[in-house]
Amino acid sequence: MLKTFKLGGVHPAENKISEDKKIEVLPLPKIAYIPISQHLGAPAKPLVNKGDAIKVGQQIAKGEAFISANIHSSVSGKVQKVDTVIDASGYKRTAVVVQVEGDEWEDGIDRTRDIKRDITLSQKEIIAKINEKGIVGLGGATFPSHVKLMVPDGKKADVLIINGVECEPYLTSDHRLMLEMGEEMMIGVEILKRALGVNRAVIGIENNKPDAIEHLSKIAKNFSGIEVQGLKVKYPQGAEKQLIKAIINREVPSGKLPIEVGAVVNNSGTAYAVYEAVQKNKPLIERVVTITGKSVKNPGNFMVRIGTPVSELIEAGGGLPDDTGKVISGGPMMGKALNSLEAPIVKGTSGILIMQEEEAARKQVLNCIRCSRCVSVCPMGLEPYLLEKVVMFEDFERTEKERVMDCIECGSCQFTCPANRPLLDYIRLGKNKVGQIMRARAKK
Amino acid sequence: MNDVIIFSVASLGAIGIAASVILYFVAQKFKVIEDPRIDLVEGALPAANCGGCGFAGCRAFAEASVKQAEDKSNLEGLNCPVGGNDVMAQVAEILSLTVEEQDPLIAVVRCNGSLANSPKKASYEGASSCAFAHNLFSGEGGCPFGCLGLGDCVKSCAFDAIFINPETGLPEVNDKCVACGACVEACPRDIIELRPKGKKDRRIFVSCVNQEKGGPAKKNCDVACIGCGKCVKVCPFDAITLENSLAYIDPEKCKLCRKCVPECPTNAIHELNFPERKPKLVVAGNEEKPARPAVKADAEAVKIADTREVKKGTDPIPEEKAAETPKSVEKDDPASTGNSEETKEN
Repeated sequence: MLKTFKLGGVHPAENKISEDKKIEVLPLPKIAYIPISQHLGAPAKPLVNKGDAIKVGQQIAKGEAFISANIHSSVSGKVQKVDTVIDASGYKRTAVVVQVEGDEWEDGIDRTRDIKRDITLSQKEIIAKINEKGIVGLGGATFPSHVKLMVPDGKKADVLIINGVECEPYLTSDHRLMLEMGEEMMIGVEILKRALGVNRAVIGIENNKPDAIEHLSKIAKNFSGIEVQGLKVKYPQGAEKQLIKAIINREVPSGKLPIEVGAVVNNSGTAYAVYEAVQKNKPLIERVVTITGKSVKNPGNFMVRIGTPVSELIEAGGGLPDDTGKVISGGPMMGKALNSLEAPIVKGTSGILIMQEEEAARKQVLNCIRCSRCVSVCPMGLEPYLLEKVVMFEDFERTEKERVMDCIECGSCQFTCPANRPLLDYIRLGKNKVGQIMRARAKK
Repeated sequence: MNDVIIFSVASLGAIGIAASVILYFVAQKFKVIEDPRIDLVEGALPAANCGGCGFAGCRAFAEASVKQAEDKSNLEGLNCPVGGNDVMAQVAEILSLTVEEQDPLIAVVRCNGSLANSPKKASYEGASSCAFAHNLFSGEGGCPFGCLGLGDCVKSCAFDAIFINPETGLPEVNDKCVACGACVEACPRDIIELRPKGKKDRRIFVSCVNQEKGGPAKKNCDVACIGCGKCVKVCPFDAITLENSLAYIDPEKCKLCRKCVPECPTNAIHELNFPERKPKLVVAGNEEKPARPAVKADAEAVKIADTREVKKGTDPIPEEKAAETPKSVEKDDPASTGNSEETKEN
């Protein structure tokens, strides 16, 4: 039986153009820009200096804070400089710039495609390994995985949920990964189960990927305690809280983490990265990235080394089309438009979407007619039209009271608004301001 | 019938008298004794309620002033930027206190990243709010410190003193500015600063807040401060400091000598309301370069901008010619004269 979450949600056109394209390996870039902050939390501290020769897989930055992650080199060569480069945020952030020479790997990394099934490490060793190899959540939020796996005292996890939903239109990287590396991913799920100490894992997959559901169900028969759950197609089902509601019908309280209801959610891509780190000793240095768009000549899925400039991936996709309006890092709903094509692919980049001019242009903003469509589609039960108004009038006390911090920024409200109002823009501004106020209050 | 009228008038009258007696005693009992000077001071204030003094409004400022009169003999720390020295003198007179004259301030926009100087590299069509755009990206021109041009400062101004110039895409401050500081608060990039108005409205300031090193700063904007330090060396009053590759002119130390202005290789230092430079200055600054016929020409024709061009080494003669040609056109062609008059009226 197909499940889904109850409250809100929208159905954007799927446009999964690249879903039949097998994962290809993208050639190495000439210069790699590896940012030292590719995760949520404190930036890592660079360990290399200008002129150092480095190998693939060598640690080049250390995550020192509690919420931080290590960074490893994805290429071999010489460190050109440690300087600021424009990243996907449009701001300049510190990155290690590497002049690529050859493809020389650090010792001890198993690069074969042989599947290693036996899990020899203990719970603590697994978490230490995941920390060491810099694994972060690959769904987009890039929360360091080892932190997620350390269940705080007094809480208990009883179910692991694997997110294979990929509800964003256009993106197909998780879909291809589940089809082509299903076996490895499943071992990764087993490792995550062991790290959390749970007996049950559920893989949630939307029903627009019947091949992936079938494939993984077949593999899951060889594993105990792993089930595959088909889900109705609805955006934003891939959001953590919505997925928990859909699969195990538990509601995460406002302002709390999923562990509150005994669940931990990890992306299918993360499960694969965990497999590679634990079984093959390979740090997170490459990921599957979709290059897609209606005008793209050769849309596809590529295994890309972290730090490759977006422009090289676009070349592999057949070059930048003439009618390009926006180049978006991520999907059309939650992705972010790039303002430089030299921005590097980072751990959280699941796709590069090239939108046509017509498709990308914002429509004329009209007055709000209080139709409350935004209210009915909000998966968090908020009132986006009201939040927009109170943020506009800078009434941040009211904004906080209206629970702006619960917004998951899925963009359903703005997608559905018949007056084309920039609802999410203002809500994001409100979240930012209220966040500042709350932090200032906490300091007192 | 008459009885009814008499009865109602009498009873209502009795209630009225009783109520007035009660109200009289209540009013006496709960009388709020307020210093009458608060009303007087408030009357003297401009009633803009802008908050530029740091209080919630003019009434709050008046209360604070009267309170200060009880403890101190001067109005130190209190200033109404809108009213200026005249209003503060009146307030001081009412409270029989002393007040120090303060230099009037004005908001100064420290960014010259106009559409020409910092061409668009991206186009933004989201919510029209600088605060939001600042969180989202570095700006259409690419400078992560520069003006976003979406007008949060314009919205914050209660005095109609700041406007976005559509040609440059940058805010401009006019004479109505009272230095209340609302725009300084509103700007998410701290571009606007309150600086002394200066004698005869003359001001010199670095019109840039970019803290990047020279190369990256210049890449996004032709007129960015590149932190070369030339102005620091030339300043005879030690008024210029260089921090994070950005020069800052301390208005308290600056004596408005203008020596730094022609030194700046990117024209990032602005001078406002100064008379045109005498040609002597130009010769003194460029002695080693001999080819300089423009300098000998009519002093008024050589504008400040031209002297900068000369410094860069371009041939100034064509410019001089260009300056002359429109004059002759104006004389000959009545249509163009009409146009120029029209623009004046506008």
